[in-house]
Amino acid sequence: MMKFRKFFAESLVPPLLGIALFILFWAVLSQTSENLPGPMKTWDSAVVLFSDPFYQKGPNDQGIGWNILASLQRVGIGFGFAALIGIPLGFMVGRFDFLNKMSAPIVNMLRPVSPLAWLPIGLLVLKAANPAAIWVIFISSIWPMIINTAMGVRQLPQDYLNVARVLNLSEWKIFTKILFPATLPYMLTGIRLAIGTAWLVIVAAEMLTGGVGIGFWVWDEWNNLNVEHIIIAIIVVGIVGLLLETLLVKIAKRFSY
Amino acid sequence: MKKYVQIENVQMSFATKQGTFVALKDIDLKIERGEFITLIGHSGCGKSTLLNLIAGLLMPTAGVMLCADREIAGPGPDRGVVFQNHSLLPWLTCFENVHLAVERVFGATESRAQLQQRTSAALALVDLTHAEHKYPHEISGGMKQRVGIARALSMQPKVLLMDEPFGALDALTRAHLQDELMKIVATTNSTVVMVTHDVDEAVLLSDRIVMMTNGPAATIGEILTVDLPKPRNRLAMANDADYHRLRGAVLEFLYQKQARKAA
Repeated sequence: MMKFRKFFAESLVPPLLGIALFILFWAVLSQTSENLPGPMKTWDSAVVLFSDPFYQKGPNDQGIGWNILASLQRVGIGFGFAALIGIPLGFMVGRFDFLNKMSAPIVNMLRPVSPLAWLPIGLLVLKAANPAAIWVIFISSIWPMIINTAMGVRQLPQDYLNVARVLNLSEWKIFTKILFPATLPYMLTGIRLAIGTAWLVIVAAEMLTGGVGIGFWVWDEWNNLNVEHIIIAIIVVGIVGLLLETLLVKIAKRFSY
Repeated sequence: MKKYVQIENVQMSFATKQGTFVALKDIDLKIERGEFITLIGHSGCGKSTLLNLIAGLLMPTAGVMLCADREIAGPGPDRGVVFQNHSLLPWLTCFENVHLAVERVFGATESRAQLQQRTSAALALVDLTHAEHKYPHEISGGMKQRVGIARALSMQPKVLLMDEPFGALDALTRAHLQDELMKIVATTNSTVVMVTHDVDEAVLLSDRIVMMTNGPAATIGEILTVDLPKPRNRLAMANDADYHRLRGAVLEFLYQKQARKAA
C-alpha cells in the first residue's frame, strides 16, 4: 500500500499534473479565440472520429486509422531502404579512412539540407507522388545511419582489435564477433535518430504530395476548416512518434554493453 | 638446453613528431622451455613494448626474434597473450570468449564436441566451470582475468605472455591468482613471460627476473636467477632468508641503480 502511494506520488502525479495544466491553458486560450476549439469540443470530435477509424469512402475520404497506417508504411519503406544502404555504407566509411575522406564533403554538405528540398527531384525521377514521398523519407533517414554507424566503427576500442590480432581471427569472425556487436549500439542510435526525423518529415511531405496519409489528412481538414481534427492529428502524430521512440530505446537497451 | 625464445640485438624505435624515439636497444634474451621469466622496471622502461614485440603486435626496427626456431613475423596462436585489462568481449559469455580462441586454433582439425570439450577444460583449469555461461559484466575482476588466462592457455601456446595481468586487482585477489597461476604453470609446464612492477610477484613466480634500465633507449640491466625451490609457498617465503636476499637485490636495482631522477 505504501509502495503504491509512493509510486503514485513520485511517478504518476507530476506527469498528470503537467497534462492537466496544459489542458487548462488550452481551455483558457480557446476562450479568447473564436476559431480555436477547446478541449471539450476536440474530445467530442475525437470520440466520433475514433468510433470508426477504418471507414473507406473513396480515395480521398478514409478513416484516420488508414491515414496513420499509410504514413507508417511510407516511413517503413523509405526507412528500410535507408537502413539497407546506409548501414553497410557506414561500415565501409568507418573502416576505410580513404572512403571517409572521400565521402565527408558530400555527406557534410547534403546533411543539413531539408529533406523536402529533395521532393521535386523525387517527383521528377519517379514520376509519382507516393514513391516521391518515400524517397524523401529515404534521404532524411540515411544520414544519421551512415554517420552513426561509421562513428561506431571508428570508436572500436584498440583492445578488441588486439584480441583479434592475437587470436588471429579471420576477417569474417572479426566482423561477426567484434565489429558488428561493438557497433550495434551506435547503429541503433542512428536508427533512432533516423526514425525520429522520418516521422517529422512524413507529415510535411504528405501535405505536398497528397493521397492517403496523416499529413495529407491534416491539409484536407484545414481546407475543410475542421480545426478539431487538426488538433487531433497533432496529438496522434505525437503519440505515434513517442511509441516509435520508446520501442527503439527498449531495443537499444537490450543491446548495450 | 633448447632455447625456446631467442631475442638478439633487438631495437625498437617509434617515429614521433619530435623525431625518432628509441624505446629499446641492444636487447638480448634467451628463454628456455618451461621457464618463467618476469620483466620488471620503472614505468616507461619499455617492458610492455618488449612483450608486445614477442607477441608480434609490434615489429622490431632492428634485430632478430625467434620463437621455437621460427621468426616472429606477427601475432600467432603459438604465443598466447593475457592483457592487463582482461580484454574479454562483453557480448560473449565466458565460454564463448574462450571458444573463439579454441575454434581458431583447433577448428580445422577437430569436431565440435572436441572444441567444446577443450573450452570447458580451459575454464575448469582456472576453476571457473560454474561461471561458464555468465557474461563478463556479471563476474568479478579477478574472475575476468582468469577467463583471460583460460583463453590464452586454451590455444596451447608455446609461450604464455602476460602484460601486468594482476596489476588492476586488489592485493588479496592478486595473491590468490598468483597462487593459482603457479599451480597452472606447474601442471601445464608452460613457458611464461610476464611483465610486472610488483617485486614480490616477480620473486615469487620467476625462474629469472629480467630487470630493465630506465628509458629512453632502455635495455636489460641485470638478470637475476631465482633459485628458490618449487613449489613455492607464500607463507614460507615470508620468513625465507634467500627470498629476502633476492627481493633485496631487485629493490636495490630499482631504487638505487635505476632510481628515477624525479618521481
